[in-house]
Amino acid sequence: MEIPYTSEVRPDTGLTNPKLGIWLFLASEVMLFGSLFSSYVLLRSGAPTWPVQHEVLSVPLAALNTVVLIASSVTMVMAWASLAPHTAAVTRGDNVAEGNALKRYRLFMGLTLLGGAIFLVVKAIEYVDKFSHHLYPATNNFLGLYFTLTGLHALHVIVGMIVNAYLWGPGTRMWRSQPERFANRIEVVGIYWHFVDVVWIFLFPVLYLL
Amino acid sequence: MRGHVLRRIFSTDHKVIGLQYGFTSLFFLLVGFSLVILIRWQHAYSGQAFPLIGSLLGEANAPGGIISPEFYNQLGAMHGTIMVFLGVVPLAFGAFGNYIVPLQIGAPDMAFPRLNATSYWLYAAGGVVMLVSFIVPGGAANNGWTSYAPLSDIAAGHGQTLWLAGMLLLIFSSLLGAINFIATIIQLRAPGMTWFRLPFFVWAQFITAFLLLLAFPALQAAAVLQGMDRLAGTSFFLPSGLVVAGQPADVAGGGNALLWQHLFWFLGHPEVYVLILPAMGIVAEVVANNTRKPLWGYRLMVYSVFVLGFLSFIVWAHHMFLTGMGTAISAFFQATTMIISIPSVIILSSLILSLYGGSIRFNTPMLFALAFMPMFGLGGLTGLPLGLSATDIPLHDTNYVIAHFHYLVAPGTIFALFAGIYYWFPKITGRMMNETLGTIHFVGSLICMNVIFLPMFIQGLAGVNRRLWDGGAIYSHAQETLSLNIPMVYAAFGLAFFQLFFVVNLLVSIRAGRVADTNPWKATTLEWTATATPPRAHGNFERPVRVYRDPYDYSVPGATAGFLAQNAE
Repeated sequence: MEIPYTSEVRPDTGLTNPKLGIWLFLASEVMLFGSLFSSYVLLRSGAPTWPVQHEVLSVPLAALNTVVLIASSVTMVMAWASLAPHTAAVTRGDNVAEGNALKRYRLFMGLTLLGGAIFLVVKAIEYVDKFSHHLYPATNNFLGLYFTLTGLHALHVIVGMIVNAYLWGPGTRMWRSQPERFANRIEVVGIYWHFVDVVWIFLFPVLYLL
Repeated sequence: MRGHVLRRIFSTDHKVIGLQYGFTSLFFLLVGFSLVILIRWQHAYSGQAFPLIGSLLGEANAPGGIISPEFYNQLGAMHGTIMVFLGVVPLAFGAFGNYIVPLQIGAPDMAFPRLNATSYWLYAAGGVVMLVSFIVPGGAANNGWTSYAPLSDIAAGHGQTLWLAGMLLLIFSSLLGAINFIATIIQLRAPGMTWFRLPFFVWAQFITAFLLLLAFPALQAAAVLQGMDRLAGTSFFLPSGLVVAGQPADVAGGGNALLWQHLFWFLGHPEVYVLILPAMGIVAEVVANNTRKPLWGYRLMVYSVFVLGFLSFIVWAHHMFLTGMGTAISAFFQATTMIISIPSVIILSSLILSLYGGSIRFNTPMLFALAFMPMFGLGGLTGLPLGLSATDIPLHDTNYVIAHFHYLVAPGTIFALFAGIYYWFPKITGRMMNETLGTIHFVGSLICMNVIFLPMFIQGLAGVNRRLWDGGAIYSHAQETLSLNIPMVYAAFGLAFFQLFFVVNLLVSIRAGRVADTNPWKATTLEWTATATPPRAHGNFERPVRVYRDPYDYSVPGATAGFLAQNAE
């Protein structure tokens, strides 16, 4: 049984089901991170003293990570752009277009995965550095919030990477059988990946700079 | 054969998942109800062994069959948690929503069938975690269903940690469900099923899904923060200078206990409407069908449910008038609380006005739906003094509060859920439930529920606190109302007895009930008129559906039939 509007757009709403679904999911994610940022504001504004954040944390490493994550968002768009214009050709059975598009897609999706991996490695270096200076979540509420917020964000990066890795590897089978649906999938995970990027763009100034 | 069984268990068909939700949540309603029978016994006969099964509760929980204060606290916390998060919401939203919404909008299934199955299994896992927490050392969570910090932060044992883990699973389940419902209702409406042709039940589920989607993440955040407090030693909810059992607590401090309350009630208040809106939706369907006329003010009800959904996000701090958050904030939240009563009253009044001039059929679903109205009304009106900060101060945390919200949820929502079960049972099984057993179940439940909850208003007005192990026996101001606990416990036993009529009726009717025709209630909505009874295993509709009519075209002037189906040209 086919669910309607899984890959074609419903005319009166202008949406496919997965695209609507991911935006709804992101709405709940906004509320999750919104609640956590609100907790940060409340705890910090109620604290008699607060550490000077950029002295505790490493701004250069975080700046590097910001660049890496934004770059991975760009490669994510390019991964999608490698596929989207060619769906019609693949549906017609154009094997050359299919292969070339897939090759470009694999390259850019691979780079996106690499970006995510670099981000996590840098994050791990930062964590280990804090632990080696005996700075733990329990040390004070700033560090508690730092580890909770960045930890939850890193978890989002990991989930995104697992999905991306699937779509880079075994998931590509769908490109031949249902090219449009596969391109839509890349768009949808891309929307998620950009959201994870945006969360970091808020975390960076709030935790490192302000 | 084995593959076949697994396919049935891990089905992605919305009807199978709806039934899975239904039976699981009925089981949890029973568990939650059993816990509260122990509580009622404890209040009536404090310090006396629970009859017959007291010795089976475990020596740690109930030495000699007498419920210990520690176990009593677990009972209170877990009764609330199980009833709300594992019983009523999954039944109202997961079960009825899953089974009925796709049929009513003319969809072949939910928009994301595999996500739907995932949502159910996360819910089941959350339920298992909650049940397992009873048998770990130290027992289940014992900090009230609201898990107020700092008590919940420093509580010994693993009960509270498991509670947080269970809640996270339930939250993920609800979020996936909410996404699925919204996407389904927006995307999979049949041609011609315009927004104002949706049955009111679908509207109620639609707004409910938005409440779950946007309110639950606040508790998700709170659970993560409390988990960090308990496992990683942070102090998000632990203030500086905290003294525990005479010793200064060994934590960094600097946290804010009120932060937990804000995050919890940001979910907690919309959650109240999650409990109520699907119930209103069911009652609307049953009332329209059994008065044989369109709902009075259908559009007004839809606008009201929108306003209700929106306002429910800005009333949460009326649970916190006693925290000293300041008169300006209290004034704001009591104003929004008074305003939110307007759409609630509009919906209830519309339902009552819908009765006027109808030729009412008094079948079992209609009896429950009719009882819903005054019971819900009583619960709603007694909430007004709690929404005003001046009158809330003496009533806060007394049995009056318990009576207020139980009138909304027990003879309110749960009656509506019973109405829904009796109403849609023939759709699901192709057989009718027995009317005589149904009427006995209804009358018995109505009387027992009122005997249980009405005295709580009196106790609460006398100032009896809601969480006392001895029911207030050590306080002089409670003495005159203590004797009320005795009829309450027998009414609780009676309520359990009358549920037997329901259980027997349900189980026997599945196999031996009178065979129903396709549309036994002569209803107009698509689930009755466009599908077979019981519906097909996959795909729901044999032919493409097209909708031409409003949801409740009963007794249309000039029409030859008493009702016109939504898909009738």
